[in-house]
Amino acid sequence: MLVNFYLALRLGGVPVSITEFLALLEALEARLAQLSPQEFYYLARTCLVKDEHHYDRFDQVFAQVFQGAEQLFTQLLASVPPEWLASLTARVFSAEEQRRVAALGGWQQLLETLRARLAEQQQAHRGGNKWIGTGGTSPFGAHGFNPEGIRVGEGNGGAKRAVKVWERREFRNFDDGVELGTRNLKLALRKLRRFARQGAAEELDLDGTIDATARNGGMLDIKLVPERHNAVKVLLFLDVGGSMDEHVRVCEELFSATRSEFKHLEHFYFHNFIYENLWQDNRRRFEALLPTERVLRTYGHDYRAIVMGDATMSPYEITQPGGSIEHWNTEPGAVWLQRLCAAFPRLVWLNPEDPQRWDYTPSLRITRQLIGERMFPLTLAGLDLAIRELRRPFTAQGGATPGAGATFVTQGPAAGVP
Amino acid sequence: MSKQRFSGTERYVATDELMMAVNAAITLERPLLIKGEPGTGKTQLAQEIAAALQRPLHEWHIKSTSKAQQGLYEYDAVSRLRDSQLGEARVHDIGNYILKGRLWEAFESPTQPVLLIDEIDKADIEFPNDLLRELDRMEFYVYETRALVKARHRPIIIITSNNEKELPDAFLRRCFFHYIRFPDEATMRAIVAVHYPQLKKELLAEALGAFFEVRAAPGLKKKPSTSELLDWIKLLVAEDIDPAALRSGDAKKVIPILHGALLKNEQDVHLFEQLVFMHRRAR
Repeated sequence: MLVNFYLALRLGGVPVSITEFLALLEALEARLAQLSPQEFYYLARTCLVKDEHHYDRFDQVFAQVFQGAEQLFTQLLASVPPEWLASLTARVFSAEEQRRVAALGGWQQLLETLRARLAEQQQAHRGGNKWIGTGGTSPFGAHGFNPEGIRVGEGNGGAKRAVKVWERREFRNFDDGVELGTRNLKLALRKLRRFARQGAAEELDLDGTIDATARNGGMLDIKLVPERHNAVKVLLFLDVGGSMDEHVRVCEELFSATRSEFKHLEHFYFHNFIYENLWQDNRRRFEALLPTERVLRTYGHDYRAIVMGDATMSPYEITQPGGSIEHWNTEPGAVWLQRLCAAFPRLVWLNPEDPQRWDYTPSLRITRQLIGERMFPLTLAGLDLAIRELRRPFTAQGGATPGAGATFVTQGPAAGVP
Repeated sequence: MSKQRFSGTERYVATDELMMAVNAAITLERPLLIKGEPGTGKTQLAQEIAAALQRPLHEWHIKSTSKAQQGLYEYDAVSRLRDSQLGEARVHDIGNYILKGRLWEAFESPTQPVLLIDEIDKADIEFPNDLLRELDRMEFYVYETRALVKARHRPIIIITSNNEKELPDAFLRRCFFHYIRFPDEATMRAIVAVHYPQLKKELLAEALGAFFEVRAAPGLKKKPSTSELLDWIKLLVAEDIDPAALRSGDAKKVIPILHGALLKNEQDVHLFEQLVFMHRRAR
């Protein structure tokens, strides 16, 4: 039964490992959840699901797997041996309660009624998908028919509520089913870390101390060095154009991953292609324009630039003055991109489009040529390659060939479109 | 079963699911990872468990610079070097310079303690991985003194996370997990009743109404949460506000009075004003 559930969970896309499944079995053995489906549901969720994004999938699988399980509970109840209950009475019920039970015709009759009710209910719930005990067994609860360890009344009451809990599917919003988690992105970005010692001296510099002490004639001279911090500086250029809409999620993920990974990170937005203005706040993009030229001036060559965009547009938007779909640009976008390449020799372009389609989009081909084929797909593998490119030392920068790009622009768009 | 069970406290309303998660973690002696919106009482949970079960509480608050090693112990090499120069006797025992961390303290506790590892997602991305063995086996090795530190009693470990970073799978597999959902109105009433038993019924009804209205506004950067509601109600009580003034039908009051306790940044206040304005025009 539970192995089925485990397999169904895995099939349903909830990542459950054997360890977690064994933990659930252990918890069941410790009698953490007793005969109440609701308790079982909570317990299983606590043990098996480790991310609220998966709660919804878990709920679905749970409902599916345990759809038929209500019969199991009924059978269980119907097969409760009378002696068992009788022996419990003495232990569990007070004299007052026992008198009340006697007034109802004694245990025997009560049990008979229970069985009758259960049978009745089995017929009733064949039609619908209700759990047992919505009305049927609850009177027994009222009569104190709730022996510890069996929990007939409470189990049923709980069952009804629990059905609601997992059938309500309240966690639907959390389920995003993203392939590329931010954690993976961050792990990829970690490779870009370059540690440098900056700030207050807090760490013991062992070599320095030994050296200084020796020079000091054996008198201790303690040297401290600042702790190492990630000193990589990154500029992020993000396309917020209309065609990027379908990639918003993955871009947001990359953005949030970079945000927490790099201390020196500046981000800029552009629409479709880089022209003379950028902006940093999307909500105030028309008031707070930032001249691209100022960005090129402000940040040093040691900054690494990551451009993120689909580079999918009309080729004229890149190669022609006035090609921008938003405003009149006196200089073509290609010129601005070349300036960007020159200012930040370590530059990559991440493209969320499927690489298979790259060859069929003229604007994409032009862009790739302009940046010296340093375009990578926005996948983990692509990110790895991009970071390898960004890690290259300063001098070995042969990627960008501004000359070739410049001649390309003068040829006009016709050359770019076969 | 001799294990105690946790069922909320006088000051803390725990839902059935939360109780089940906590009890499972206590019984099976596994760390419990708690996530949820800020202000839903994640950190408080550990304090309340400790209070309810009468266990000592050890808190380890994680910062962005925290390292897993700091929770175990730190070796103070600098002061040992200094002492050696001064010829102090204690310099011969390296153990004098081992500073115990939070985890070590918890491991040494004579009764089973509660250990809170607060906001584990603040630390470096590798931080949880560095604690795997410690949380699994409840022991660690001190290289300087070549001693193995073992927990006398496996602590009840509560770990909170604000979802700023995703946690590694290997770490998650060792924990139980619970996501504290934002309380519904009935639970919220219970929570407020626990904190302000004397609160007038009308004021509570109006305050809760206004609160859930603010929460429902789309696009808020930081939705107000339970702790903000409690603060706000405290203010309302302190200022002795008339319940009628909270009614959103009041045309002069665009946003709820004393909203500073509910909305925490000016963009949200601005957004909410706009929403209310649009709403009124539509009417």
